[in-house]
Amino acid sequence: MILKKGKKSVNPEGEERAVHDNGKEEKIKFRLRDWWKYLISLLLLVIYLFPFYVILNVSLKSFTDTTSRLKFPSKIYWGNYQGVFQSGDIFIGIRNCLIITGFILLTEIVVGCMAAYALARNQSRLNEVVRSLILSVMMISPITILVGVYSIMSNIHATSTYWGMVLVLGSFGLPVVIFLYTNFISSIPETLDEAAAIDGASNLQVFFRIIMPQLKTVTVTVIILQGVGVWNEYTYSYYFLQKTSMRTITLVIKTYFSAVSNDYGGAAAVAVIGMLPLVVLYLFLQKYFIQGTVDSAIKG
Amino acid sequence: MHRKKKSRLNWFYIPAVLWMLGLIAYPLCNAIYLSFFRWDGYSRNKTFMNITNFISMFSDKVFLSSLKNTLIYGFACTIIQQMIGLALALFLNTKFKGRSLVRTVVYLPIMVSALVMGYIMYFFFQYENGVVNDIVAWLGGTSFDWLGNGNASVAIIVMINSWQYVGISMVIYLAGIQGVPASYLEAATVDGATGWKKFRYVTLPLLMPAISSSVIYNLIGGLKLYDVIRALTDGGPAKKTHSLATYITNRYFDAERAGYAAAIGVFSFVLIMVISMMFNVYFRKKEVSL
Repeated sequence: MILKKGKKSVNPEGEERAVHDNGKEEKIKFRLRDWWKYLISLLLLVIYLFPFYVILNVSLKSFTDTTSRLKFPSKIYWGNYQGVFQSGDIFIGIRNCLIITGFILLTEIVVGCMAAYALARNQSRLNEVVRSLILSVMMISPITILVGVYSIMSNIHATSTYWGMVLVLGSFGLPVVIFLYTNFISSIPETLDEAAAIDGASNLQVFFRIIMPQLKTVTVTVIILQGVGVWNEYTYSYYFLQKTSMRTITLVIKTYFSAVSNDYGGAAAVAVIGMLPLVVLYLFLQKYFIQGTVDSAIKG
Repeated sequence: MHRKKKSRLNWFYIPAVLWMLGLIAYPLCNAIYLSFFRWDGYSRNKTFMNITNFISMFSDKVFLSSLKNTLIYGFACTIIQQMIGLALALFLNTKFKGRSLVRTVVYLPIMVSALVMGYIMYFFFQYENGVVNDIVAWLGGTSFDWLGNGNASVAIIVMINSWQYVGISMVIYLAGIQGVPASYLEAATVDGATGWKKFRYVTLPLLMPAISSSVIYNLIGGLKLYDVIRALTDGGPAKKTHSLATYITNRYFDAERAGYAAAIGVFSFVLIMVISMMFNVYFRKKEVSL
């Protein structure tokens, strides 16, 4: 997400390969002389999967089981999961995450691609200034203005509300969304708009009929990037969502970990369940997740 | 008529601009305003302090150590992530069966909230029954209180953040490497260049845009570091691992010194802005010269 424009660094073939190399993978044969690559791969898999293995272990052990966390439980104990299911607060967390993430994405996409359309199509000097101001907001760390945001939000009674969360988190994500859409719309030939305009279409009609239908791929990128960020957001959620019924997944997990009882088994179980939705989604749609990261970073 | 229609397009960005004015620009101004006051964060009385908050920052030992830590988190993570990310990308760019599995797994931790990852890592670095101490004991060493030591904790936080997010640099570099035209590399081979020389004189210069994106992305991420610190040490032991970000919330909500917190916020806002601008300008020059 670098503040630069008009530099295409990756040629189209390169991107094709990045997207499709899953399909190509089967063609590569196993070769014995690649043994060192498999050794390194194995090492990487261990380093990266180890923490997941450990938390799974902890979640499957009872409170009294003090064997090493490295050891798989000799007898699997499901009590931690039963406890989490019975209290049910993780499901409230998932519901809240769905509502907040859903509304943020919806508003960011509508507001963001409208703004991008204007900035991409009307490149006046004024809009150049507007554009670079919007982009410079990407460098602002939300936490540095926490004091300002918090005092305003509590004045208008927006704490512990869905709409307050949507307003706050949405505004932080908006610059990235506008950035992605502006780059994409700039690459759509303007002759299409002009042809429609000659046929008598208004700006709104051009936007909805010509531009919107072409934004599918970049919208997937926006949904993934913003979605993961908002879904896992912690700082602002923690200070703004103080009602128990408003907690997001991350906040529910935090409650378990900071409880005085030191019930690590229960905390681990709730963490496992809380991680599951995104991890599963990622495993199924991973090429879109990875492509989204690449697009947002390089296509500047 | 065409021109008029174009300028009418500007209505389309009004909602976005209003949204950002209301929730970013106004709060920013509000934070700057509050940074000149002594205020507990909720009561009606604020006392105007002029620039006292900004001056007292520099005699506040915790502020100075969190400034130092913020720079360590930012730069150390960035350096580690570039080196390992590039190495991983080069590795995954060679052909072998199962490389996409490796890529998938290295990118996986990015899906987990940094806060939750911090808690998982607490299971590793805890003194009693922690995984790391178990391994140390298995190797015949004596247990060490990792999170009871300030310097060790800072290093651990750097490691965890680099480990978790190195996948981003990896995929950015991978896309960059795959974007190097094969004909350039072939030409270099014809000219007699070997592996290292091809990398140094063909691939690396063409990777410049990828390097600049990845560096700035990681740098801003590291300078903003918050979640993992909150989960793992919460600034401790003895406030030695605070970043500016965690110290802001600590001052605002725990110490009820909202004005002072706002001043630190303004300071770190300027700091991150200046550092990322400097790098932007540096990379832009570098890319032009190539």
